[in-house]
Amino acid sequence: MPDMAIIVPSVLNGLTTGALYALVALGLTLIYGVLHIINFAHGALLMLGLYAVYYLNVQFGIDPYVALLIVPPGMFALGYALQRGIIGRASHGRDENILLVTLGLAIVIENLSLFLFKSDTRIVDVPYGFQVVEIFGAFLPLPKVVAFAGALITAALLWLIMSKTDLGRAIRALAKERKGAQLVGIDVEHVFAMSFGLGIACLGVAACLLLPSYYVNPQVGHGFVLIAFTIVVLGGMGSFVGALLGGLIIGVVEALGGLFFGESLGQLGIFLIFILVLVFRPTGLLGHKV
Amino acid sequence: MRQLALLGLVFAALFTLPFFVESESWRTTIIMTLYAALLGQAWNILGGYGGQFSFGHAAFFGTGAYTVAVLQVQLGLNPWLGLVAGGALAVGVAAFIGFTTFRYGLRGSYFALVTLAFAEVLRILSNTVPFTGAGVGILIPLDPGAANLQFASKAGFYWLLWAITLGAFLTAWWIGHSRFGARLMAVRDNEDAARALGVDPFRVKMRAIMLSGLFSGLAGVFYAQFFLYLDPGIAYGPAVSVESLLVPIVGGMGTLFGPLLGAVALHAVSEVTREVIGDLPGISLVIYGTILVIMVLFAPRGLSGLVSRLTRSARRKTEGDRHA
Amino acid sequence: MHDASPILDVAGISKRFGGLQASNNISMRVPQGGITSLIGPNGAGKTTLFALITGFHTPDAGSVRFRGEDITGLAPQEIAERGMIRTFQIVQPFAGQSVRENIAVGAHLKIRSRAAALEKAEDVARKVGLGDRLDMDAAALTVAGRKRLEVARALATDPELILFDEVLAGLNPSEIRDVIPVIRAIRDEGVTILLIEHVMQAVMSLSEHTWVLNQGQLIAEGAPQDVTRDPHVIEAYLGKGMAERMAKQAADAVGGAHE
Repeated sequence: MPDMAIIVPSVLNGLTTGALYALVALGLTLIYGVLHIINFAHGALLMLGLYAVYYLNVQFGIDPYVALLIVPPGMFALGYALQRGIIGRASHGRDENILLVTLGLAIVIENLSLFLFKSDTRIVDVPYGFQVVEIFGAFLPLPKVVAFAGALITAALLWLIMSKTDLGRAIRALAKERKGAQLVGIDVEHVFAMSFGLGIACLGVAACLLLPSYYVNPQVGHGFVLIAFTIVVLGGMGSFVGALLGGLIIGVVEALGGLFFGESLGQLGIFLIFILVLVFRPTGLLGHKV
Repeated sequence: MRQLALLGLVFAALFTLPFFVESESWRTTIIMTLYAALLGQAWNILGGYGGQFSFGHAAFFGTGAYTVAVLQVQLGLNPWLGLVAGGALAVGVAAFIGFTTFRYGLRGSYFALVTLAFAEVLRILSNTVPFTGAGVGILIPLDPGAANLQFASKAGFYWLLWAITLGAFLTAWWIGHSRFGARLMAVRDNEDAARALGVDPFRVKMRAIMLSGLFSGLAGVFYAQFFLYLDPGIAYGPAVSVESLLVPIVGGMGTLFGPLLGAVALHAVSEVTREVIGDLPGISLVIYGTILVIMVLFAPRGLSGLVSRLTRSARRKTEGDRHA
Repeated sequence: MHDASPILDVAGISKRFGGLQASNNISMRVPQGGITSLIGPNGAGKTTLFALITGFHTPDAGSVRFRGEDITGLAPQEIAERGMIRTFQIVQPFAGQSVRENIAVGAHLKIRSRAAALEKAEDVARKVGLGDRLDMDAAALTVAGRKRLEVARALATDPELILFDEVLAGLNPSEIRDVIPVIRAIRDEGVTILLIEHVMQAVMSLSEHTWVLNQGQLIAEGAPQDVTRDPHVIEAYLGKGMAERMAKQAADAVGGAHE
């Protein structure tokens, strides 16, 4: 039994990773809650965001945190275009068709990246990359602490958008009652695309916060996509609070699982949680909608 | 019966292919095409006829493949036994996944995600346990001879594959012409209405997933014997799952010849791109993904849907001419 | 009417959905043979009761006996196998399949052979007036055609008892006139029928006995002619005070005639 001196840093590490997972899952849950779409291309789009941050840094020397001003808006535009141009036209009355189209997009994005960026794993070199902060006697990498704070701030911002703005009100109306929203003159396609854009913008934020302490390669999205799905089903499809809590829980489970059983079995735990929750409690642990 | 006769004709023609195709590289191409048709028909039995979209058919494929490989390498068992065991274990995995998901009425996108997660669990396990060779993979010793389920000539592999594929297509034909198939399609199209007419959706779906798993598992056995090498990514990775669903989606889900049509179309496209662009990493998957998006957007009923729509409108046109 | 051994015997069935008591201690019997109807205003809980009887919902309390056997809590398919078949108010065709294939699914309940089931489907299709549309995609049928298809699929199972959920709703008067003989013919073959109906004239002309449901409770039963004069029933349909007013009007008219 490892003692607290190992467990505490491990839990804190798990929490910082979990906050980023939560951010990725927030986008997914927002999209699900409003459009009832399970976006399979979520991981691939995150990977694209990471490459954007990487190349902005390597080519133009833009710091990943400064890229927060560029990448999320770009991702938002990409999400908006994808929903309006492709995903929104795919259902033909069956949810599975949307899943298939997003799967197709994921395959295209991933393999195009493999073709364009090659399979090498890349990292950015930032001056603060190896700085550490002391919290509760544990030393954590500075970028992870920033990412943790950034993820929570973003979640709060998203909450503000959803509850205080006209767009948020329109989105919530649409999520609740599609026909009614149409009747009161909400441009459904536009608001759907805005929601999808917001969800993808979350990935842009996550990419900026993630890269200083992480890496990018064409497959990097894989690890995130199933984890994000797990978080979303764990927290209840469409639930914001659920996604936040679910993200933190999964982050800690993964860290502790890795500590006790080795990294790959820690991942196994995540998938088992995923299957169990989907099979026995598909409405999630909290089970309420946006 | 006309459809059965056509099926017989097509497979008789397929049987003779190696006599006309002598080059080993072209034989590999037709093997990989027929192999794709087998994977696709296996998926089609559950996804096309049953409406249960699996994203994790690699779970069955990999189980078949690893079974025949591990039994040979670790226990020295004959691969013909491995063929039977591989098919049986794949059916077992299918039954387990089917039981956990269908028992609780999991449908649609949720079913897709859970099958994917099961395949991932198996991938991680095969990457961890020692008897599969873990991340290094497992190598089946080269020992050509029909007794070892290996063949000196590609033609021998082709006919082995031909026999398995024929089994899959006959099963699909039977589904189109039996009570079981009628019930499976009823559940696909409207589960409540089917229940009201006395159909037990759970039992029907269980049978479908087990048949589907059987042929995916046998495809895995074939793959292992043909390439003599497996690793967790090959056996349980997403590529097999994607190819399995892509083939019938392109060709036409829930149709007998859809998977064959889809396999031929996809391999034709990837051969052409290889000629034109060259063999670049990922490029064939870019094209597959693009085709998937285009098919779902513009031809959700696949190529056979397109064909029947065209012939119907042609017929309507000629009838119109006659009336005019 | 209170047959010693009814084909269907519902005893004290209740079901609550959240705050809504959809069915409240309902007891009713359907005698063997003949047509029994279940009427009631919108939202009275008729379809819920059908769902409780046929296993689509499980009752919170009470029991359902079919041909003497307790079938409470059985799955819909198990109940269908025993010979009780329901149709749906909102028609549920197997879209993309032909009329013949749709009906054959029902025929397969008792028939294993595909060829025999398809043949049976043709027979049944002719009986309900779909003989000319056998190869049509079920999704392409008109509303009236789909209603016939619902009837045909149920009939193809060779049932003992059919529960029709508003087969006449949404049809125009001439279509209703066409379908009513079909239902009578089914009864004449010895199939017991319980129907939910909104179209009052149809109930009057079709059924021998009727039960009236309102707000999840049975409020009356009897011959349709008597039931429609029951003040409780009139109030349920037309609102409070209506029965009194109508009775007063009738009395005035009678009184007037005597003067």
